[in-house]
Amino acid sequence: MKKALFLMAGAAFALAACGEYSQVANYKPGSYQGKSDTRPWEGGKFAGDKAAWEAALANRAQGQNEYKRTQ
Amino acid sequence: MARMKFLCDAERCIECNGCVTACKNEHEVPWGVNRRRVVTINDGVPGEKSISVSCMHCSDAPCMAVCPTDCFYKTEEAVVLHNKDACIGCGYCFFACPFGAPQFPNGPAAFGARGKMDKCTFCAGGPEENGSKEEFEKYGRNRISEGKLPACAEMCATKALLAGDAPVISDIFRDRALRRGKAGDAAWGWTTAYGKPEQAQERTQERAREQQREGAK
Repeated sequence: MKKALFLMAGAAFALAACGEYSQVANYKPGSYQGKSDTRPWEGGKFAGDKAAWEAALANRAQGQNEYKRTQ
Repeated sequence: MARMKFLCDAERCIECNGCVTACKNEHEVPWGVNRRRVVTINDGVPGEKSISVSCMHCSDAPCMAVCPTDCFYKTEEAVVLHNKDACIGCGYCFFACPFGAPQFPNGPAAFGARGKMDKCTFCAGGPEENGSKEEFEKYGRNRISEGKLPACAEMCATKALLAGDAPVISDIFRDRALRRGKAGDAAWGWTTAYGKPEQAQERTQERAREQQREGAK
């Protein structure tokens, strides 16, 4: 009796690793944890003037349209 | 404000690699790292098409979704940037990216030995002080904070590569397509490359009909 109990306990212990566990990862969308970036118009040439920065970029973008450049 | 995008006009690209050279020079990109490259389809065959490819700054970027250290972020201008201090060089972003944008300084080395990922920043630097030495060394020059557009697009001789605010460059491209009478295989992006097969079939049929009409003339 004692031996049977001992064997059962031993078997339960030995087979413990054979159990089935869910292998599907729970996807958790992460969020950026790193350093914050300064915005392009902050500091430097534009010193916080967002409108001036936007105007500079818009002007630059139109330079890509040769139909306008050659008019 | 802006939603920054690249648009490559395959009808205009002449495979000069000026954009690649401009990028390399502007950011002093090391050997083995190509933030931008020109891909030619049917090379040497009449009617070959070339397109300049780099990070497309996806609206729903797969690199951001797979990064185990969450080192990616999106700026207010919708530019996908990353923090090199947090990058562990696992290469997941490389496998996730449909454009092959993420580059590693040590090439296809073993896990963990690739080095920190490097990619096109839309010339917008990274999470360091704008225009600082640290920013230049890690991410390259920050032209956007200087009120300039990416060097590749500004250097493009035929203006095949357009960069800037999405509605603005769309307008430029639309104007161009109207003037030359066709969009052709010009606009190249996610939908063109990864569109539904029916769409591709429709395009092929349309092209065949067009060729027949031209042949009949």
